[in-house]
Amino acid sequence: MDEVKSTPWSGGRSPFNVEYGKLMMWFFLLSDAFTFSSLLISYGALRFSAPTWPAPSLVFQSFPGLIEHGAPLVFVGMMTFILIMSSVTMVLAVEAGHRNAKKEVVMWMLFTILGGLMFLGCQAAEWTHLHGEGFWWGHIPTAEVLKEFFQAHNNVLPSYAQQAMTSHQFANLFFTITGFHGFHVFSGVIINIIITVNVLAGTYQKRGSYLMVEKVGLYWHFVDLVWVFVFTFFYLV
Amino acid sequence: MSTETTNVHAEEAGHGEHDTMTKKRIWRVFYILLGITCIEFFIALYLVPHYNSGGNASHWANPIYIVLTLFKAFYIVGYFMHLKFEKLDMALAIIVPVLFIIGLILVLTNESHYWIDLRL
Repeated sequence: MDEVKSTPWSGGRSPFNVEYGKLMMWFFLLSDAFTFSSLLISYGALRFSAPTWPAPSLVFQSFPGLIEHGAPLVFVGMMTFILIMSSVTMVLAVEAGHRNAKKEVVMWMLFTILGGLMFLGCQAAEWTHLHGEGFWWGHIPTAEVLKEFFQAHNNVLPSYAQQAMTSHQFANLFFTITGFHGFHVFSGVIINIIITVNVLAGTYQKRGSYLMVEKVGLYWHFVDLVWVFVFTFFYLV
Repeated sequence: MSTETTNVHAEEAGHGEHDTMTKKRIWRVFYILLGITCIEFFIALYLVPHYNSGGNASHWANPIYIVLTLFKAFYIVGYFMHLKFEKLDMALAIIVPVLFIIGLILVLTNESHYWIDLRL
């Protein structure tokens, strides 16, 4: 009888063995995952149903400020590396938190914030570059610029009407989805700064646990996770 | 009551000892993620331009990208977000709802096939 009462689901403690705030962070991220997948799947459906689409290797072939043409994926590759790297420094902060090593937590959190800011800087450069070419919400480049972004099939370029239609869809989806992701990175950086200030103030040392670092860590890794999908579906596919 | 608490503590202690993110493990996951990304770049920058004679490299490249992306997602969620080390019930509470997304993918891919037939 005693054994029956002590099962995880018999009450009196968390059956998931997870602290309340952390569980709520997980559920928030689950809802956010639905939002992002709705956006990405809509993008996929529109692209799938389009007779043609701007070729990623032609649209994203510059390294803003350094190389104008002929470097596909280099810049976005660097952005991906920065974000994965900042995810690593985030887990290292969590790991240091388990050992109650305050100085190490602060150091890794600062690296994470730096990575986030670098990513945002890169994204600003990328947006500026595309905007300079004529892409924006509801705006596409002029016909001469636009035809540079399409691959010929059997030596025939898609008609201007088709180019214009799919480019509008591309521009709207690109800025909406990377913008929504960038907004998440931005909020992540702000939250990370707040938590770092709390670590410095000794809040978690007094509390005896760096669980808050773990919670913001979950958010930060989620932002990295979404980028992995954005990278695949906008830049590779 | 006292035996129950000791059991829980013993369980947690054992948990912490074997299954958590050590520094070594963190870097191993990092190298896996970096390696998968490098493979994606190799496909996109070398294999696709060189083996694209029919102009339909996307037919074989895209499924590979998607599988590699799911591998990356597994490593980020499982190791960085620690879900692999949580209790099974906890992991299922997060993973099972995500499966609904597959439904939306199926519906909209089906729908987009219909749209392209209308447009062509």
